[in-house]
Amino acid sequence: MAIQWETVIGLEIHAQLSTKSKIFSGASTAYGAEPNTQACAVDLGLPGTLPVLNQQAVRYAVKFGLAIGAHIAPYSIFSRKNYFYPDLPKGYQISQFDKPIVGLGEIDIDVDGQVKTIGVTRAHLEEDAGKSLHEDFHGKTGVDLNRAGTPLLEIVSEPDMRSAADAVAYVKKLHSLVQYLGVCDGNMQEGSFRCDVNISMRPMGQEEFGTRAEIKNLNSFRFIEKAIAHEVERQVDILESGGKIVQETRLYDSDKDETRSMRSKEEANDYRYFPDPDLLPVVISEQLLNEMRDELPELPGAKKQRFKEQYDLSEYDAELLTAQRELADYYEVAVSYAAGEAKLIANWVMGELSAGLNQHNLDIANSPVNAEQLGGLIKNIADQTISGKIAKVVFEKLWNSEATADEIIEQDGLKQISDTGALEKIIDQLMLDNEDQVAQFRAGKTKVLGFFVGSIMKQTQGKANPQQVNQLLQKKLKD
Amino acid sequence: MSIQSEDVLKIAHLARLGVDEGEVSSYASELSNIMGLIEQMQEVETTGIEPMAHPLDQAQRLRPDEATEVNQRQSLQANAPDVEDGLFLVPRVLD
Repeated sequence: MAIQWETVIGLEIHAQLSTKSKIFSGASTAYGAEPNTQACAVDLGLPGTLPVLNQQAVRYAVKFGLAIGAHIAPYSIFSRKNYFYPDLPKGYQISQFDKPIVGLGEIDIDVDGQVKTIGVTRAHLEEDAGKSLHEDFHGKTGVDLNRAGTPLLEIVSEPDMRSAADAVAYVKKLHSLVQYLGVCDGNMQEGSFRCDVNISMRPMGQEEFGTRAEIKNLNSFRFIEKAIAHEVERQVDILESGGKIVQETRLYDSDKDETRSMRSKEEANDYRYFPDPDLLPVVISEQLLNEMRDELPELPGAKKQRFKEQYDLSEYDAELLTAQRELADYYEVAVSYAAGEAKLIANWVMGELSAGLNQHNLDIANSPVNAEQLGGLIKNIADQTISGKIAKVVFEKLWNSEATADEIIEQDGLKQISDTGALEKIIDQLMLDNEDQVAQFRAGKTKVLGFFVGSIMKQTQGKANPQQVNQLLQKKLKD
Repeated sequence: MSIQSEDVLKIAHLARLGVDEGEVSSYASELSNIMGLIEQMQEVETTGIEPMAHPLDQAQRLRPDEATEVNQRQSLQANAPDVEDGLFLVPRVLD
């Protein structure tokens, strides 16, 4: 009988903290600057320089720790992780080893309606390295040290995940959380949030873990999923043909959809950590802990629950609307402008608005239609000032305008015609002009009703109240 | 614990230090002496004493999060052996 394999996954996530300056120097962390214009003497590791720890990086780490219910170390220390690479000018990375700032915590994930708790072993502060550019500079490598010294929070999970779906759910949950907390911008394209995956296989029921391989630097949810699927297949193939997994670091090639071994650097894992004598222990006071507790926002899980109750939304709607803090805020502002049309707003936010944003590659923070404008539009649908069809026209106009929905409806004369007298007049004239169709209808060919409705909508530029037109037509044609 | 010649070569390689063949055995014995000193210190009774991470018994001072550094690329690159397009150039790194 074939062996049933169980996948065991643990993740390391590097979240770039949203500070203005670097973790140990006053150089800017802004993305996209000219090479080496944001790399100061400290970042370059010049002799005589000393690191000075950024207060905000410490506060962000504490905030994250509190949000996952973790133990915050009252006393934590920085260590040197020694290795040689040109984008690491000091010859060591300042990181934390045996006393990280954030200890054991946990995160709940939801996979196919099943809630699972994933342990977070630890989270520690460290500095990022620079970037090596391997394009050909006359046979040399170019080094940009702007990123060197950028603060990172490395979040290490327990090997608690059992499938690619678990792993993706966990990464999405953390991605949403760090943005809610405002400690990381979550921009995966710019590398602000990246992920290393540790995978091993073991026969179902076996306690002991198998040998693991690590896949480095995955920067999209889709790549995480595909890289895991691919790696599981590779390991099972090796194990089932009697081979052994080698503990190594692999790279995922998204073009070829495969993982391949990185040339294992000689003695790569001998980092010779030791406490950094340039930095004193970090002491977290009770006062700082309290300040950070007070600053914690409503977290995604709590917000989702509240949305379901307060706005009477489905699990699905509430989940989507609270996945991003900005989206949730947008939604609540829009509802406040739309006299409580919570469900209708939800439909528009996830329908027209999301479609428009996707199409223009925008996110909610820079939506051309703000929450007040959308709320105003929905209010006009709810009180029947305009029809749903006309609302789409108004929405298009709001997209390119600062005006309110009320102003656009007024200016363009888009108010729905619900005046029975006016509609009857139009219908009477239409019946006079089209006696043939009237006769057809009366002979039982009710399909021609569509012709009349269409003509009226055309004449009124879509402004006639459709239900009313239907009623009046039925009545008059049958007379 | 005594340090062997191969340990010296390994440590030197990790630290990217060049060591003359003839000096290896004297380094091995000097480093062994240091290890001996450490072993001697290990014998001191330290039960119940909180280990220190730093000889200064103080807490790390923190810096406000402000970008205070200005762009000094030109002067910082003046000593670099080779630069191009604002990048430091180094011997080709094979990944």
